[in-house]
Amino acid sequence: MNNASEVFDIRLTVNNIEVVQRVLARMHLADFLREELGLMGTHLGCEHGVCGACTVRVNGEIVRGCLMLAIQADGAIVETIEGISENGEISALQKEFHQRNALQCGFCTPGMLLAAADLIARNPGANREEIREYMSGNFCRCTGYQSIIDAVEVVCRGKAGVQQGGI
Amino acid sequence: MTTDTASSHVKTHGRYIGAGLPRPDAWRLLHGRGRYTDDIKLARTAHVVFVRSPYAHAGISAINVTKAASSAGVIRVVTGKEVAALCQPWVGVLTHLKGLKSAAQYPLAMERARWQGEPVVAVAAESRAQAEDAAQLIDIDWEPLTAVTSPDTALDSRSPVIHPDLGDNLAYQREVDTGGVDEVFAGAHKVVEATFRTSRHTPVTLEPRSILADYNPAERQLTVYQSTQVPYMMQWILAKHFGLKEINVRVIAPDVGGGFGTKIHIYGDEMTAVALSMMLGRPVKFVSDRLESFVTDFHARGHLVKARMAVSVTGDIVGIEMDDLYGIGPYSGYPRGSANEAKQVLNLVGGPYKNRVYRGRTRVVFENKNMYGQYRAVGHPVACAVTEGLVDLAASAIGMDPAEFRYRNYINAEAYPYTLVTGPVFEKLSQHQAHEKLLDLMNYSALRLEQEELRRQGIYRGIGLAAFVEMSNPSSATYGQGGASIASQDGCTMKLTATGGITCAVSINEIGQGATAVVLQIAASAVGVSTENIKIVIGDTDVTPYGGGNWGSRGTGIGGEAVLQAGKALRQNILTFVALLTETEASVLSIRDNSVIETLTGKELMTLEEVARTAYFRSDKVPRDFSPELVVTRHFAQKTYDGICTNGIQGCYLEVDIETGFVRLLKHWVIDDCGTIINPLLVDEQIRGGVVQGIGGALFEECIYSSEGQLMNGSLIDYLVPMACEMPDIEVGHVSTPTATSELGAKGAGEAGTAGAPAAVMNAINDALKPFGVCVTEQPFTPERILRALGKV
Repeated sequence: MNNASEVFDIRLTVNNIEVVQRVLARMHLADFLREELGLMGTHLGCEHGVCGACTVRVNGEIVRGCLMLAIQADGAIVETIEGISENGEISALQKEFHQRNALQCGFCTPGMLLAAADLIARNPGANREEIREYMSGNFCRCTGYQSIIDAVEVVCRGKAGVQQGGI
Repeated sequence: MTTDTASSHVKTHGRYIGAGLPRPDAWRLLHGRGRYTDDIKLARTAHVVFVRSPYAHAGISAINVTKAASSAGVIRVVTGKEVAALCQPWVGVLTHLKGLKSAAQYPLAMERARWQGEPVVAVAAESRAQAEDAAQLIDIDWEPLTAVTSPDTALDSRSPVIHPDLGDNLAYQREVDTGGVDEVFAGAHKVVEATFRTSRHTPVTLEPRSILADYNPAERQLTVYQSTQVPYMMQWILAKHFGLKEINVRVIAPDVGGGFGTKIHIYGDEMTAVALSMMLGRPVKFVSDRLESFVTDFHARGHLVKARMAVSVTGDIVGIEMDDLYGIGPYSGYPRGSANEAKQVLNLVGGPYKNRVYRGRTRVVFENKNMYGQYRAVGHPVACAVTEGLVDLAASAIGMDPAEFRYRNYINAEAYPYTLVTGPVFEKLSQHQAHEKLLDLMNYSALRLEQEELRRQGIYRGIGLAAFVEMSNPSSATYGQGGASIASQDGCTMKLTATGGITCAVSINEIGQGATAVVLQIAASAVGVSTENIKIVIGDTDVTPYGGGNWGSRGTGIGGEAVLQAGKALRQNILTFVALLTETEASVLSIRDNSVIETLTGKELMTLEEVARTAYFRSDKVPRDFSPELVVTRHFAQKTYDGICTNGIQGCYLEVDIETGFVRLLKHWVIDDCGTIINPLLVDEQIRGGVVQGIGGALFEECIYSSEGQLMNGSLIDYLVPMACEMPDIEVGHVSTPTATSELGAKGAGEAGTAGAPAAVMNAINDALKPFGVCVTEQPFTPERILRALGKV
């Protein structure tokens, strides 16, 4: 029980805002974002690292928010769907997802967008097969994936061509 | 891709019906601005977690909660009896499924637990983590009992009877016999037979089941925020079982992260959360975790079907016989029963084919496994796999191409409405058209040539077809006539707002399928306004008209028609009012682009804002004997048939690696006929999603139970679901045969993909394996099963 109630103070940057908070040692990052900061765009689908709904970005890398403790994010730069929506980074992706109805219930969508943005940043020249492969860490029960892949592919092609602007 | 009939529907109804527009409400979901049940925070919320039975079948001799009750943050610990004192038990039967039996089920297990995962004790604490800590401190003395875990032996006299009062483990049985079966099989040119197995599936909505119950004892008002497909059904159930006045129960469905049938059933843990809110007088939240979802979200499928088909020398199906057996949970589900799969499998084996000689039996048995019930395409994928599997075997037996065999056996186009030998009526199918269109779309002949060529190179590709039917737009025959207060009608209330906008409150629900967008487009077309000026209100029993919500592919076909009629009525009321004000006739007026115009000249008479302003603020300008009614409500129920059947056909192209048994999906095609299409973008995506869910069942998904009734793969690590890299591109086309039972003409589209995909995949695998003379009929078609069929393991 002592371990469960052990607390730590952490300082981190979340969506460009500095946050100082006392957290339980056992609280995972996704719970921290949701419960302590009210950032409800990060969703919990499985809490065992498979579904990808809780995907967030920590120090530029996408991670499963359910597999990382909040205290491990001490000193980190954390970005969530809210942050990268507001700063316009993924506006092109959002537009293409919207045009193609690349979401139904929307529960997987924030994680999908984080993963897609990561792919586009790392490998904008990815072909369709590579996009399917890269997006396979994120589970969607509604769409059948095709429209998601289409949307990512369109943004990849634009990105590979011009190398500028939002994704 | 629409027929002339459909085009004329679209013209009649205006520019939004048939338009592939993006969903306006998806925009916020794309920004992380959705609001699901777990996103809602109320002051003083207690969080509840459950201690669940680790045994499939065990007596509970003692429960010690002392340590848990004094654990940090714990507010209350309750067991079955305490919850039962507040909540009446339920029995999952429907009177019109004659013979369906079940026992009284309580929210928490009482003296005996009957499946692994059944909730037994509930702990409410200040935080979920504290409740989880305390749950670990609860001691239960268990007396393990022998579990019934195989439908094959559930009816044996040596098997324990799960509910001794019921006499045996047979929950339901139904038989159909047209007569003449033995004669046609005895005289048939060829008889083919096979045993088809489908595995038990779990729906895996990405958002787990979630409920936030908020009981206010001062006014005996219960407000429930719930991830549900059926707010009004829940209102009825909660009022009934907790002894509350229905008007004091409000159910709000915020954003729902996937339904697929999971969220139309009653769950003991959710009822316990409500009970705790009533006990504590404060909000109580329960959000199922994924491991709980696996052992509590209603499972489905899991059929064993022995079937055979008799064919004539010319390739006509002359007889079908089948025997279906499946196991449900230890209780029939509530309030919809667990026998609808039996009904659908028995009714729909034989599919869109004209054979009239049929004998079928279905038996439903109780098991000590998780609860079981309606899940996307109830029974359809099973019936389709049996029928289409037999069709391919039969075609092969007489040396006919499977496409040609199907085409000659479809119900004749002039035979509609067509009454099945099992009872239901197909209003009108378009199977020949769909078939022709599919073969064109997939370039069937060229694929056959390619397949032949590759076979010579030792590459084994298969082409699978699956013709399917899908029951949609259900009438009251599905539930209401069986005594369940589940609405078969839906309603829409439309209001002209003070500045000329429209609000449109509907009883169907948004679960991601696009109901909001569909309602928006129908409303805009019906009234003659632009979609930007319409607000859709959905998912709240205090503000929407009464209706059934979303299940059984009914939202667009039934709810959509209510919207159309409400929109037309509001339009008429507006025109009548303006005609009076401008001293003309309503019949010469129209609404276009948010203004009332003279139809012939196009001259604008009044904007809708002026209309509203006059009605609401300048009643001095309104004649004394006239009251402008700028709020209207209309309802619609489909009463002509038990359901409106849609149809279509799927094609699958895949490659089997005969060394590893792995299947690589190359391409999938669907032609679907859902009548009038409101939004092709959404329909196509629905169908693709349905196909992928069906493919999941065909290739990956299987709830594996041990002989003791333990779910062995109850996590997303072990229970495989389709991910992007394994899925093919899916091309969707349409034939459109609007239903004549409504003006809108829309039928369902949500289940077609799931209904046909497993059969298409199975037939494609078996087509690939044809050179080896083997075939697989046990889903999922894992590499192991394929290698076993090939005799390699």
